[in-house]
Amino acid sequence: MNHAPPSTDPAPAATLPTEAGDNRAGLVLEAVALRLRPTGKILFPPLSLQIAPGTTTTLLGPSGCGKSSLLRWMGGHLEDDFAATGRVLVNGSDRTDWPAEKRRIGMLFQDAGLFPHLSVAGNLAFGLQPRVRGRRQRRRVVEEALASAGLEGFADRDPATLSGGQQARVALLRTLLAEPEALLLDEPFAALDPERRAQIRSFVFARIEERGIPTLLVTHDARDAPGPVRHLDQPGGPAGNARGGPHPPR
Amino acid sequence: MPPGRVRLPVRAPRRRGTLLRGTVLAVLAGGFLLPLLAGLGATLGAAAGYLPGRPLPETPSLQPLRSLLAEPGFLRAVGQTLGTGLASTVLALVLAASFCGLVHQRLPTRLAGRSLAPLLAAPHSALAIGLAFLLAPWGWIARWLSPWATGWEFPPDLPLVQDPLGIALVLGLLTKEVPFLLLVLLAALAQLPVQEDLQRARALGYSRAKAWVGVVLPRAYPLVRLPVLFVLAFSLSVVDMALVLGPTQPPTLAVAVTRWFLAPDPAFLGPAFAGAALQLAIVLAVMGGWLLGERAVAAMGRAWLARGSRGGAGDPWLAAAGLATTVVLLLGLLALVALGFWAFAERWPFPAAWPTEFSLARWTNLAGGWGEAFGNSLALGAATTAASLLLAVLWLEGEDRGHLPRARWATVLVALPLLLPQVAFLYGLQVVLLRAGVGPGFLAVAWAQALFVLPYTLIVLSPPWKALDPRLLAVAASLGAGPNRRWLTVKLPLLLRPLLTAGAVGFAVSVALYLPTLFLGAGRVPTLTTEAVTLASGGDRRLVGLFALLQALLPLVAYLLALLLPRWIWRHRRALAGGSA
Amino acid sequence: MRLLPTLLLLNALLLPPGTARAAGDTAAEPAPARPWEEVVAEARGQTVYWAAWAGDSRTNAFLRWVAGEVRERYGIRLEHWKLSDTGEAVARIAAEKAAGRDEDGSIDLLWVNGPNFLALKEADLLYGPFLGSLPHSRYLDRSPGSPAVTDFTVPTEGYESPWRLARLVLLYDRDRVPDPPANTDELLAWAREHPGRLTHPDPANFMGATFLKQALLEQVTDPAALAAPATPERFAEVTAPLWEWYDALRPHLWRQGRSFPADEFAQRQLLADGAVDFGLSFDPASAAAAVREGLLPESVRTLSFEGGMIGNFSFVAIPYNSGATAAARVVANFLLAPATQARAEDIRVLGSFSVLERDRLSAGERALFDALPSPPGLPTPEELGPVRPEPHPSWMTRLTRVWKERYTR
Repeated sequence: MNHAPPSTDPAPAATLPTEAGDNRAGLVLEAVALRLRPTGKILFPPLSLQIAPGTTTTLLGPSGCGKSSLLRWMGGHLEDDFAATGRVLVNGSDRTDWPAEKRRIGMLFQDAGLFPHLSVAGNLAFGLQPRVRGRRQRRRVVEEALASAGLEGFADRDPATLSGGQQARVALLRTLLAEPEALLLDEPFAALDPERRAQIRSFVFARIEERGIPTLLVTHDARDAPGPVRHLDQPGGPAGNARGGPHPPR
Repeated sequence: MPPGRVRLPVRAPRRRGTLLRGTVLAVLAGGFLLPLLAGLGATLGAAAGYLPGRPLPETPSLQPLRSLLAEPGFLRAVGQTLGTGLASTVLALVLAASFCGLVHQRLPTRLAGRSLAPLLAAPHSALAIGLAFLLAPWGWIARWLSPWATGWEFPPDLPLVQDPLGIALVLGLLTKEVPFLLLVLLAALAQLPVQEDLQRARALGYSRAKAWVGVVLPRAYPLVRLPVLFVLAFSLSVVDMALVLGPTQPPTLAVAVTRWFLAPDPAFLGPAFAGAALQLAIVLAVMGGWLLGERAVAAMGRAWLARGSRGGAGDPWLAAAGLATTVVLLLGLLALVALGFWAFAERWPFPAAWPTEFSLARWTNLAGGWGEAFGNSLALGAATTAASLLLAVLWLEGEDRGHLPRARWATVLVALPLLLPQVAFLYGLQVVLLRAGVGPGFLAVAWAQALFVLPYTLIVLSPPWKALDPRLLAVAASLGAGPNRRWLTVKLPLLLRPLLTAGAVGFAVSVALYLPTLFLGAGRVPTLTTEAVTLASGGDRRLVGLFALLQALLPLVAYLLALLLPRWIWRHRRALAGGSA
Repeated sequence: MRLLPTLLLLNALLLPPGTARAAGDTAAEPAPARPWEEVVAEARGQTVYWAAWAGDSRTNAFLRWVAGEVRERYGIRLEHWKLSDTGEAVARIAAEKAAGRDEDGSIDLLWVNGPNFLALKEADLLYGPFLGSLPHSRYLDRSPGSPAVTDFTVPTEGYESPWRLARLVLLYDRDRVPDPPANTDELLAWAREHPGRLTHPDPANFMGATFLKQALLEQVTDPAALAAPATPERFAEVTAPLWEWYDALRPHLWRQGRSFPADEFAQRQLLADGAVDFGLSFDPASAAAAVREGLLPESVRTLSFEGGMIGNFSFVAIPYNSGATAAARVVANFLLAPATQARAEDIRVLGSFSVLERDRLSAGERALFDALPSPPGLPTPEELGPVRPEPHPSWMTRLTRVWKERYTR
């Protein structure tokens, strides 16, 4: 890997709007660069991209290239040993410095990340917006969501007793009930066996499209990518390309 | 940025929870560090002649020190303190390390932890009393062997406990410290690639014993240095166990100092404070020497390794140490059983091996017997554990919100009460409290106990807290849960088991505390421990047995609850039900 | 359990003094002038803090019984302030005086005798005289020099009221010691023949010191010298025979005299095990009581030396700053009631001999005592023999100190 010197600021792309906020819908990254704090090592060259509502952009790169860290940074969960420059905008507002819980950026991980101390319904209710009031009403919404995913009767199950595919679906439902404005997927299908994988994959992307959520997927496996693909392991390469416009799948 | 958007960016400060951390720090500084230092200061001041309640001298006076030196048996008391403290610490470390070498990976850590639980949970004084019931000339062992093997119709006139050399005291300390060091060593070894190291060393032709001593232990020791220092400081300044098992004419320094503090004649305050200051100096000096000794041992070890000598298998030594450890552990467990027999005995004449008559008379006499002490122990344990857990949780959450690692000073600060001898600051603390208008009583005791409960809770709770999967918290945040909701609905429930374990350890510490209860309660807050130790000097053995048994059972029940409660609560949550205790 | 007298002292010194009215108010109250009914009326509703040594569970139970009785009969709340050493209470009262807390002091009634009484009396820390005002004092022999009004050679002058009889006895197992020694010289001879079978409590403890005093009384050439305070020169001279006797005895003691049981109870335990052959007690009924409780074998008996044993009455006194002197006196009077004394003498309750003069009791009152059970191990007054008066308190203090200097390595 060839690194830009730590002192060099990420090159702002010529085509980038200079105004902090704009009305571009969807998820926008502006000249984002991450570096390891102790060494100053830059993980990948400055990255800019825009993801339209309902579409999914895939970031491809080998493990260790910093793609998971990028997602954590976007979600507001990055640990202290990283420093970042650049901005993340959702539906036109700059959320770079917002606390994670305000960003409304949902995340899905390789393992479903269901809360082990809550039932399936408890997990879903955790995500469900507080706007939905009343015990019964919330329970109804949760059960409808389960039914929509073919998981009728799973409400009171222990998440640990679910199969990987079922867990993945519950995790997605939970994320969607929180009504995110953008979605980040970190190798969400890696743990699934091949048959399930296709099934869950289409389930996920159908929901994303249906809800019109801009989604960023990171994976090391090109087969996961439903749409445009960016490679993160090419410093200086695609970074100059300001907009992560549609790329032909490889 | 267009003015219309200004309301939108909710700026997140880099460090959150400043108020929380500030509050915790203020509570710790005011309620923990300040009184500790004030207590130390009062002791040192009094040792220099500024005795409380007396006219202050113009200049520091050597009078307290002189009166200390003039006490009959003073030098011998200091010698006994050094001898028993060092011998028990070195032996406990050697035995625990050897035993680990024998059983490591042949015995699962969790199983080992559970089988040691009765010894870990039992207060020092209960074990001491049980050991006396076992080893004394009238004790169980003598009874088993008499008269057929020994010819003893009556208990022999032999100093088998309270012996002038302090052997019984060292043995008593071993029954408590070996299990403790075993547990911390096993926990440390779990973090190291022990198997690989051993295989590599043995492939190079070293015996298991040499591989263990030369390769594994040098890596494990730094991880257990702090607990070893706790053991060292404790062994040098133990009071309750030394009162029961230690030499009497004269006793060890800490016991002598305690007696002087408790003497009705205020003339003994001078030697008491001077002795307390000396006890502090001894502990600090020995700890310093210990740290230097570590380096010397390490240097010798490196030279030994560099020679590459493989000859002479150390394995028989390892086996011998393992056998000794087994004997110590069995003695400890038998001591607890002996408590049980005395607690239910009505008549047990020598040399009968078993009580000739049993009775529940003392158990049913709650009002005149153990009721108040039991109630006090329970209430103090609950109050101090609750307060300490709350503080520990707030502390850890403050660290999380500030994205701060544990500062070194904080570790040392919290461990301070465990590293300093109790006699060196508790009585001084009482004097300071009285001046502040806080009289002896339940609150003062609870608060003094918390000084010792908090460190243990924090030490037990920190590793699992830090090891909590950060992704679950990230998921919770991405679902819109703010820091408080994440804390209350995700972190705390997931940490239920470590919270209960830390609570049980804290509770056990509180139940076992002797000096803080005695000094800060001025005898008006009798607990199972203070009563058991007081009665042990010659009270009705059946009653002593009852108190000591209750004292040992109360923490054990807390441990069991910490083990079983999460299982029951999480019985429908497979991922949490089986976790380690 | 042991308390913290010096701490309490500090406590009193550091606390702000009570709202001081004229200090003389209560202390100068002329005791016998008022009719007893008025005292009883004033006592109703008062709380009495009775500071009393709490090392004996039977005594504690008896105090609980007293508390229940006086609440029912007189409307007095009686709280047992448990002491492990009476010196603690003395230090506290002295500290309260120093701090100017002359009213409503923390102790209203105190179980006291000997050196502690002398210390309180000399420092003017007692309320009274009040003994004469108690109706039940008519049952006592109050003639000068009578043990009911003399505490360790010090006349009580009405500042103390007796409530139980304490007298030193030895306990021994009849089966193991068929022919017990009759004096301390015979005891030494017996010890020579039976090495390791005799011991005494640590002289730092009251009972251990009393053992030394008993030997002192017997070994001393001029017992009258002990009635006067001990001076350094007199002490060395008078006690020389005692140390000669003790040096001869010590090598034959249990553990060669290098280790001692902490108190009488530890020694009783050794006796029960058969590790030693003698115990000590200040309570002639204690052997019988311990047999009943299963603490000693049934063959244990009490022993008094032919020349008599040290004895004293246990007293209660009222501190000068008590805020409940009326109730404290009512309690002291209740303790002297024949029915109370009979209950205390009951082996099943306390087994402590009555302080009352038998011939001053009515026939009905005597019957209370005659009805008491008399189990084995309980000596008759004849078996107990004469009582030897305690030496002046200063002897004990010095004895303890010198013993420690001589025999602690």
